[in-house]
Amino acid sequence: MSNQAAIVEKIDAMPKGVSLWDDAWMRLKKNKLAMFGLCFLLFMMIVCLLAPLLTPYGYEDQDLRLGASVPSVTHWLGTDTFGRDMLTRILYGGRVSLMVGFIATSVALLIGVTYGAIAGYAGGRIDALMMRLVDIIYALPFMIFIVLLMVVFGRNLLLLFLAIGAVEWLVMARIVRGQIQNLKQQEFVEAAISLGLSSGAIIRKHLIPNALGPIIVYTTLTIPNVMLLEAFLSFLGLGIQPPQSSWGLLISYGVESMEEYPWLLIFPGLALTLTLFALNFLGDGLRDALDPKASRD
Amino acid sequence: MSLLMTSDLRVHFHTRNGLVKAVDGISFSVEEGKTYAIIGESGSGKSVACYSMLGLVPMPPGKIESGEVWFEGQDLLKLSESQLRKIRGKGISIIFQDPMTSLNPFLKIGDQLIEPLLLHFGMSKKDAWRKGIEILEEVGIKDPAQRMKSWPFEFSGGMRQRVVIAMALVTEPKIIIADEPTTALDVTVQAQILKLLKELQIHRNIGVIFISHDLSVVADIADEIAVMQNGVFVEQGTRDAIFTNPQDEYTKKLLAAVPHSEKELQQEEHSYLITAENVSVHFSGNKGEGLVRAVDNVSLQIKQHEILGLVGESGSGKSTAGRAILRLLNLAGGKIVFNGKDISHYSKAEMKPLRRQMQMIFQDPYASLNPRMSVYDTLAEPLLLHKIVSKKDLDKEVFSLMDSVGLSRESVLRYPHEFSGGQRQRIAIGRAIATKPAFIVADEPVSALDVTIQAQILDLLLNLVDQFDLTMLFISHDLGVVRYLADRVLVMKDGKLVEEGSVQQIFANPQESYTQALLEAIPGKSLLGVS
Repeated sequence: MSNQAAIVEKIDAMPKGVSLWDDAWMRLKKNKLAMFGLCFLLFMMIVCLLAPLLTPYGYEDQDLRLGASVPSVTHWLGTDTFGRDMLTRILYGGRVSLMVGFIATSVALLIGVTYGAIAGYAGGRIDALMMRLVDIIYALPFMIFIVLLMVVFGRNLLLLFLAIGAVEWLVMARIVRGQIQNLKQQEFVEAAISLGLSSGAIIRKHLIPNALGPIIVYTTLTIPNVMLLEAFLSFLGLGIQPPQSSWGLLISYGVESMEEYPWLLIFPGLALTLTLFALNFLGDGLRDALDPKASRD
Repeated sequence: MSLLMTSDLRVHFHTRNGLVKAVDGISFSVEEGKTYAIIGESGSGKSVACYSMLGLVPMPPGKIESGEVWFEGQDLLKLSESQLRKIRGKGISIIFQDPMTSLNPFLKIGDQLIEPLLLHFGMSKKDAWRKGIEILEEVGIKDPAQRMKSWPFEFSGGMRQRVVIAMALVTEPKIIIADEPTTALDVTVQAQILKLLKELQIHRNIGVIFISHDLSVVADIADEIAVMQNGVFVEQGTRDAIFTNPQDEYTKKLLAAVPHSEKELQQEEHSYLITAENVSVHFSGNKGEGLVRAVDNVSLQIKQHEILGLVGESGSGKSTAGRAILRLLNLAGGKIVFNGKDISHYSKAEMKPLRRQMQMIFQDPYASLNPRMSVYDTLAEPLLLHKIVSKKDLDKEVFSLMDSVGLSRESVLRYPHEFSGGQRQRIAIGRAIATKPAFIVADEPVSALDVTIQAQILDLLLNLVDQFDLTMLFISHDLGVVRYLADRVLVMKDGKLVEEGSVQQIFANPQESYTQALLEAIPGKSLLGVS
């Protein structure tokens, strides 16, 4: 065995607990575009969080004499019609938008994947019952549902996030259930059963990892969705209230005055678009990294 | 006169990982009314050779480096795509391997059958339909006029392959390329399809190029045989020459891979590890069909350290019986005793500790391994689940398992798709023996593999049975394979046991007509007789 030494070396170099996730992380690190996306998202989160330290203005500080002014040295991204600094408002708005994006999507992901996986794996009557429930919730007018929540619990930002997540998980559950239904007929699931694995472990270790592709793709589609939903709700007065803001709200106000003050639309639009780009790069990278079949080198 | 003359055909693939010489200088000719067989393992280039003649190889990455293929006075390699399309429709037809995927599930049989007639011959729909009925009758489909209106899913595998053959014949081609047309079928069905192909070839006086990985399949039908390895013909000759006087080492290896020895009869007395009494498994059928008795009152006993062969066609209930014995399915009736314990009504939780003692090896190593788990994870899972070894010794145990099943240790971090079918089956076997079980159900573990690989896997199984003192229920549709490995044989049909006996008894003196039919269907039995 001339290559014995090489093997031993390789074994030592073997990461502890070679799981799909460690492996995926190693592969993700090699994907430049995805890493760029990840870095950009982290950067965006940090600047939004540190907004009070980064700009000399408050998000509600008005300067009515100034009014809407073009970008300048004092106001890098200009000011809105009330003379509020746009950079500041975009950074503060980013807090809301990123938060709603991540919290609502996480809620949708968590509930949707768990619910869908259980329904798909259980099959039969349990599946029928669980999916009919999804249909019923889906059929409820979404607005009424949220208004109801707001009336009962009072207006609360966190509740708003949860409410959006509680609506978005329905589609996720359907997608995951379909995937799991297909996957559970594969022989490797039967092999896992014959090894004595519990149903929970089979869902966790064998089924969900194989459904990750569609889950990730749908997640990257959900995040912009919930950001825009938040804007829509806020616009109706159900979400956050001025002078607080979010990217979605900034954009919808920007659209109104697009012809006179285009920068009110362009800059928040740019912030949202770049973030979504970064998300998509990251999502694509993750999907490839989690699929061992997507070229390994 | 030769219908098709191929000389010095070279097809290379320029891939990211370098140049692959898939076909590297082959020459052959196909005569009228004769069958030319090309034999080789998967990856030997046999399919690429045939598909490239019809321009069906994707280019790039493929590239035809040299060669000529003469058919009806033209060099096929020099034709344009639209000219080739005419040849494909009228001159040369292809029968694909898997009848389950080569028919469009959303078109009725008749519509698929007459499509080329409308397209290439400009026939009226009425004439085409009439012709379709004739062809279906010719390939042995009963009640053809009615069947023209059926959907593909209403046919069994063998019947579908007949339809696929009908589709290949409907344009009255001069040559048919049959690419492993029987590999996906049961042996008995395979025998029928081979017979049909031979009859058609003689009756219509057409040339057949028959591609297969299995020499024994073509033993009865080929006129000439070429043995292909790594893109070249290592040996070419008449059937008799190849079978009686093989020159090349590889040909000899292929011939040796046909399992033809019988196992030594074991005399030792052992107690029974498994006893099944009157086991039944029922499935609720489709609407209006009522109950399907997949397994009907089956009783069997397996002694310690015995390999029991369970033989039958697909649909005979043999796989279901195997799963029922492992309690992967619930019983409709009967009793299963494992190691003295009556496990017929054990719950999932009660079964769990027993799972480490009884394992299963599945037919399709492409489906039975989780594509997202590396070899390491796959083998470590049962070890951790049943706490066979501590975390500290896990690496060592995984490597020793890989040694046992003949996998190289370097591939420990690889994923299933990076392995060949045979290696994958080794991983699956490693997983099954990880818990040091007493009993293994092997459900057609070699029927998805090439013949040479089959022989290796069968030998591995025999080895492991000795080394780990295993008891095995070996399920197969192929009596030839069972004969090589099993001590005793049970024959199953329509959910019932029809015959039982030692390997010697069953082969020398089969009682039931069904068993006789199964024996009759073993491919290349003439070959078995000779050697």
